Amino acid sequence: MSLTHQDVARIAKLARIAVTHDEIESVGAQLNTIFGLIEKMQAVNTDGIEPMAHPQEVSLRLRDDVVTEVNQREAFQAVAPQVEGGLFLVPKVIE
Amino acid sequence: MKWEVVIGLEVHVQLSTVSKIFSGSSTAFGAEPNTQASVVELAFPGVLPVLNKAAVNKAIRLGLALNAHINRKNVFARKNYFYPDLPKGYQISQMDLPIVGPGTLTIQVGEEEKVIRVTRAHLEEDAGKSLHEDFHGATGIDLNRAGTPLLEVVSEPDMRSAEEAVAYARGLHTLVTWLGICDGNMQEGSFRVDANVSVRPFGQAEFGTRCEIKNLNSFRFLEAAINYEVERQIELIEDGGRVVQETRLYDPDRGETRSMRSKEDAHDYRYFPDPDLLPVVIPESEIEAVKADMPELPAAMKARFIADYGVSAYDGNLLTASRDIAGYFETLAKVSGQGKLAANWVNGELAAALNRDGLGIAQSPISAERLGGLIARIVDNTISSKIAKEVFEAMWQGSDSADAIIDAKGLRQITDSSAIEAIVDEVLAANQKSVEEFRAGKEKALNALVGQVMKASKGKANPAQAQDILKKKLGA
Repeated sequence: MSLTHQDVARIAKLARIAVTHDEIESVGAQLNTIFGLIEKMQAVNTDGIEPMAHPQEVSLRLRDDVVTEVNQREAFQAVAPQVEGGLFLVPKVIE
Repeated sequence: MKWEVVIGLEVHVQLSTVSKIFSGSSTAFGAEPNTQASVVELAFPGVLPVLNKAAVNKAIRLGLALNAHINRKNVFARKNYFYPDLPKGYQISQMDLPIVGPGTLTIQVGEEEKVIRVTRAHLEEDAGKSLHEDFHGATGIDLNRAGTPLLEVVSEPDMRSAEEAVAYARGLHTLVTWLGICDGNMQEGSFRVDANVSVRPFGQAEFGTRCEIKNLNSFRFLEAAINYEVERQIELIEDGGRVVQETRLYDPDRGETRSMRSKEDAHDYRYFPDPDLLPVVIPESEIEAVKADMPELPAAMKARFIADYGVSAYDGNLLTASRDIAGYFETLAKVSGQGKLAANWVNGELAAALNRDGLGIAQSPISAERLGGLIARIVDNTISSKIAKEVFEAMWQGSDSADAIIDAKGLRQITDSSAIEAIVDEVLAANQKSVEEFRAGKEKALNALVGQVMKASKGKANPAQAQDILKKKLGA
């Protein structure tokens, strides 16, 4: 499988990474190398093998349902670019 | 052409934990903005999510109640999208291995029962809230809701009308509140419904193109939005157009759905297993413990009410709409020994009065025991059903027992036949026309005469007795 320039532009857009027109060629080549490796792995016969969600054979530890966090809004908002009335302000987004 | 409506629902159930799904922040509703958002919800670098045990437990409860398969091993995945109400750039959700697998929910539509298949239910984190007004061109972000545990319950496209969709949504709402896993508060967004709606010509096997109506937060809006959307799609197709798969929003002020402008690529979520979270393994002992702790479920209780108290399936459904209602009914049925009458009063007079005054049954001014006292007087013929309604009203306003009110107001039914006879004589003398009509073979005239007797006795005469005496006097 080989990625087209269009594919590269789309992946970059989805990941919110700015890739210039000049970079598309080299980024595409790098991605294709990675895909080459993935293709090799996909060619391995994995019949009857349970897919892994994590490389280690351990399961998740759970926490009890108790409130342990305190209000630190002031500290968090001290480093925010823009706040108002306790809200973080971000560039206008309307879906 | 005849059209068939096809509906599937996705319901976001906020689980009633005190802390968030992946952090120790509080989930309490209505706090000052961002006072319940920790480094985890703010996505500070290096922080790790730690799963809340209670969220898992509550998901298992619903799974068991839906007779669903519980995936002993389930996995969290990242659903990638950029939106400032989730600063991480992804939502932690479940994709290939959700905690709850296929199950069913039986709904009641009129007198009919129907089984709706539930595809799955998965755990995920809620997003924050965006406020688009009043910030001089900026958007305000409140992350208090971010990280609140959600169980997204997905149904198969098994519903064929807005009525069925509402019955399913109500049934699920009953179940989650019954199990105590969600507070069910729809105004506060604790139970949010997305409806997938399509239409197809009757008899066609393939589904039509569907539209998804998002974030319906009342049963009334759910019904109205589906009905509008069905009309819109049918009109569109009949006018030669075609339905475009898209997300739509319901506008309750205008009573219509409209397209949400969604960006290209918006639905390319690129799910992958979240490397921050290991697989969740649920031991058998945990499932057994949840099973042992399960209350009698609404469906089982409904079946028992039908069998033990002789109520109809329709009434049984209403009586198991909540644990409070079911508990009230059962107490009333036991103290009065009258199942059907108890059902009629709970679903009739009591429901109407509660509704009128905007009260839940737990706040009813009349307890089940006190209402039992009223039913006892109907059963022993001390008062008629009509007078009982008057007594009920007086009980609602005060704290007196039914007996005290009946005595104080002199409402005791007249069963003394000589007293009724005297009234009947008066009525017969004053209503010669009805008497002649009856003698001429008009059966209905008798009802009119009984009505006159009841009126003359201010509703206190025993109607059956009055009818007998009338018949006797008329030589019928």
